[in-house]
Amino acid sequence: MPDNVLLSAHDLACTRGDRLLFKAMNFGLVAGELLLVQGGNGQGKTSLLRLLTGLSRPEAGEVRWRGQPIARCGETYHREMAYLGHANGIKDELNPLENLRFADGLQGRAFDAARAERTLGDLGLARCLDLPCRVLSFGQRRRVALAALLLAGATLWILDEPLTGLDVHAVAQMEGLLRDHLAAGGMVVATTHQALNLAGVRVQRLLVGNVAIPDIAASPDPVAEGAA
Amino acid sequence: MTRFLLAVLRRDLTLAARRRGDWLIALFFFVMVASLFPLGIGPDPKLLARIGPGVLWVAATLASLLSLSRLFADDHRDGSLEHMVLSPEPTVLLVLGKSLAHWLIYGIPLLLIAPVLGVQFHLPADAIGVLLLSLLIGTPILSLLGGVGAALTLGLRGGGVLLTLLILPLYVPALIFGAGAVDGVLAGTGAEAHLSLLGAFLILTLLVAPWIAAAALKVSLE
Repeated sequence: MPDNVLLSAHDLACTRGDRLLFKAMNFGLVAGELLLVQGGNGQGKTSLLRLLTGLSRPEAGEVRWRGQPIARCGETYHREMAYLGHANGIKDELNPLENLRFADGLQGRAFDAARAERTLGDLGLARCLDLPCRVLSFGQRRRVALAALLLAGATLWILDEPLTGLDVHAVAQMEGLLRDHLAAGGMVVATTHQALNLAGVRVQRLLVGNVAIPDIAASPDPVAEGAA
Repeated sequence: MTRFLLAVLRRDLTLAARRRGDWLIALFFFVMVASLFPLGIGPDPKLLARIGPGVLWVAATLASLLSLSRLFADDHRDGSLEHMVLSPEPTVLLVLGKSLAHWLIYGIPLLLIAPVLGVQFHLPADAIGVLLLSLLIGTPILSLLGGVGAALTLGLRGGGVLLTLLILPLYVPALIFGAGAVDGVLAGTGAEAHLSLLGAFLILTLLVAPWIAAAALKVSLE
């Protein structure tokens, strides 16, 4: 494996109950690269992502960050990694700004209200700043979670179905954000069932499980499959 | 580190302020349980003063149990627990913050209402003072130990009942020393011994419980 690999998996194996989801999985990710995890439902995409975050431990093998096993990196890894799972991780009783303030507090950072407002505004939430997230739509709540991801300033994004519930416009915006993040030397590990238009991005594909699915990353017209 | 702790505290207190039902229910439960005894036993002042400390302490432990199953469950459901565990700060600190917030939200109201209930049980003023002191030292123990139970039973079906069975035995020392301190005042033997033991138990819990709860939380999240 080349020297500049930041995130790497070595002979990973994962089981769920008695069922073996995958074994002997190896990959290495360099700065500016996107790892697109593909596979059918229940094949272990989310399980793989949780292994990469360190939330769960592999049955065998290890995940390394900058050459060190993540179990031993602890704090440094979590400072450079941001995770967005199926659940948004935002509180319904708090408004978007309060949610972002808490996210900053978790990272031990001072809260920059102006920057948070700007980010929420960029994501089309300028009119929802004072509303509790309970009254926001599914897609709007997803956008709040995306705003937290952007503000985290992490190098590595681990995204589980980031496009769920987003409208066509937001999907296009998300593609732009992914491209910007990768161009700035960031890295992304993502699962998605939707079409992504990622021209000019270094994409590595990883198939989890054994159900072959059509190539979606290079789809010229993202709307065709994704808008439904 | 302090910023992290403050962020957790601030968030949980804000949430409690927006969801007043949660802690008001626990408080009313405390008042109701404690009030049922004078009604059931009859208005004999001597008997009431004799059972008062024990009844109030039992009611306090039950009221704290009522709220514990949700200590981590709500955050688990909306995914924010994962974000908190993945933050750069150690999980122990998170558990400590959540337990402290739990005490502020559920413990302090019990403390404030306890003197009124003490009067209902015909406790003399000095006994009520010691009751307050014992609850002040004892209720953080309930929140800290409860954090262990809440983390262990996170995501289990019927977790609430299991939590009760797991945690109630651990509450026994706090119950004995807490109620014993007030009994000591009533019997004229003084409360210092019981209060010191209660304080020692608080320190022990503070040193051990957050670590166990943090480990349990990680296992539950896997």
